[in-house]
Amino acid sequence: MDWVEYRLPIMRVANMHAIQYPAPRNMNFWYMFGFLATIVLVNQIVTGVWLTMSFTPTAEEAFASVEYIMRDVEYGYILRYMHSTGASAFFIVVYLHMFRGMIYGSYQKPRELLWLFGMFIYLALMAEAFMGYVLPWGQMSYWGAQVIVSLFSAIPVIGPDLVIWIQGDYVISGATLNRFFALHVIALPLVIVILVFLHIVALHEVGSNNPDGTDVKRKKGSLKDSEKTNFKIHEYYTDKYDIVDDIVPFFPHIVLKDLVGFAFFLLAFCYIMFFNPEMGGYFLEHPNFEIANPLKTPEHIFPVWYFTPFYAILKAVPHKLGGVIAMFAAIIFLALLPWLDRGKVKSWRYRCGLHRWNLMIFAAVFIFLGYLGGTPQEAWKITASQILTIMYFGFFVLLFIYSKNERTKPVPARITE
Amino acid sequence: MSNVSLDAHDSSETENQPTNSNRRRFLTVATSVVGGVGVVGAAVPFIASWNPSIKAKAAGADIEADISKIEPGQLIRVIWRSKPVWIARRTPELLASLLTHDDQLKDPNSDEEQQPEFAKNSYRSLKEEYLVLVGICTHLGCSPQHLKDGAFAEYVEGVEEGFFCPCHGSKFDMAGRVFENVPAGLNLVVPPYMFIDDNTILIGSEEGAA
Repeated sequence: MDWVEYRLPIMRVANMHAIQYPAPRNMNFWYMFGFLATIVLVNQIVTGVWLTMSFTPTAEEAFASVEYIMRDVEYGYILRYMHSTGASAFFIVVYLHMFRGMIYGSYQKPRELLWLFGMFIYLALMAEAFMGYVLPWGQMSYWGAQVIVSLFSAIPVIGPDLVIWIQGDYVISGATLNRFFALHVIALPLVIVILVFLHIVALHEVGSNNPDGTDVKRKKGSLKDSEKTNFKIHEYYTDKYDIVDDIVPFFPHIVLKDLVGFAFFLLAFCYIMFFNPEMGGYFLEHPNFEIANPLKTPEHIFPVWYFTPFYAILKAVPHKLGGVIAMFAAIIFLALLPWLDRGKVKSWRYRCGLHRWNLMIFAAVFIFLGYLGGTPQEAWKITASQILTIMYFGFFVLLFIYSKNERTKPVPARITE
Repeated sequence: MSNVSLDAHDSSETENQPTNSNRRRFLTVATSVVGGVGVVGAAVPFIASWNPSIKAKAAGADIEADISKIEPGQLIRVIWRSKPVWIARRTPELLASLLTHDDQLKDPNSDEEQQPEFAKNSYRSLKEEYLVLVGICTHLGCSPQHLKDGAFAEYVEGVEEGFFCPCHGSKFDMAGRVFENVPAGLNLVVPPYMFIDDNTILIGSEEGAA
């Protein structure tokens, strides 16, 4: 053991980042989604590797090879449903993870970069999911790709040529499928894994936030011994700070708590995977059980559920380029939260009532936009999605205004519960 | 430890500054520029390989259609990028009739971008006489039928000639414009095309564009 440790700092890293990492003791269930996202990432990588063993990335063979996986490969259907359910599960836990960051102000100083890395992971994840959805080469794969890729044609001057460059052909074709396969299985997973690594390194550098938003690290020498934690904390942290007696070591305390959450997660995951893998057409859309046909447009084209809020914003703007800009702006505004929120108090527990309402309404708007973007077009829905799009951006505008001189409650000096 | 080396570095820089800092800056910039050029050069194969391959270009190449033998009122079909393309020669009477039923159309002025800029007119064509359309219904991709000599009036009262989709009943006039109250929402697509001479149409490119 010493022989290895002398040459490779396994225990040092394990101590620093898990066994002796100080985690606030009031972390609640909202703090398990990062852990769950990591588990789902591992699931996606492992099942993905196994799926590539039987998948053929050509326009002629792709659809049939997915059917082959489903019917002829032993346990192939389990592997595929683990992967497809995992894709939706990934977005569920990531959205909850992001909302946690919003209600407890985890994006605020000094965690701006941490938040940005998270947003980059989210972007890479969306690209990854989109390209993965194209691979089975069903009707919705094809026409979804058609809609998304043609968004780029809205860019002035270079748009149409850019679309041909992305497609590698004048239409979405086998060339497109094959390059999406390469990006989906090699390029983007690498990017995501590297970003997740950076996300965690950045988190451990600034430390975990908590539902009170009270800092558990104090200036070196500012605490009496009776106020400091008795847990063994890595020197990396204690050399720089005094750690308040409000923390527990990440391992085993937080990990065990997360594992309880993981058990509930697995229960839901397995139920869907075994009994309802299509989730009524939301996780796997019905038109995708028909092979891609460039001459036959499906009656309704929807992206998968996790994109529908942005799709609704896209459709709400009655101008092609304007819609594309609004859609990307919706994501960029989220990324800019650390700078749009000028408040000093992190957690919504100690912020003004307006802030709490603003957050709740934002969440409701996001869900309702998702509904509008994922159901057939009707006249009232266009008006509704226009109003909701304004409300979506209104969240950020309001936040920017009231956070400057907000009436907050005093933040407790020590964690309360 | 790092402080010591930093100081040594700093002091050596101050000692040499009068003679060396400009040269050092020049070398840094020059190396960066040359390196940058190398990176750009090395990026070319990676970016260019995403362009359509020669095979894809051949399959999507422009096609020429001979229109010298089309009689007035006749319609011919050619294949371009695996899709049917119609070329119809319209009579003056037909052209005149196209202006009379705007109120029955969803998009009489071709506001939706279903055609190149040059075809954004009442006839949706480069030369009024010739209509060029991709013969695929904008609803679900069936190929509509060409009905003429009054056969179309059965579907739209007062319009003698047009396109009728047998799959779901979408109706289009002889400029490919979609009628109201049918499943299709958009006018038929006009492909990019140009006249090489009076007898030949090139489908796939427009005049002016490369």
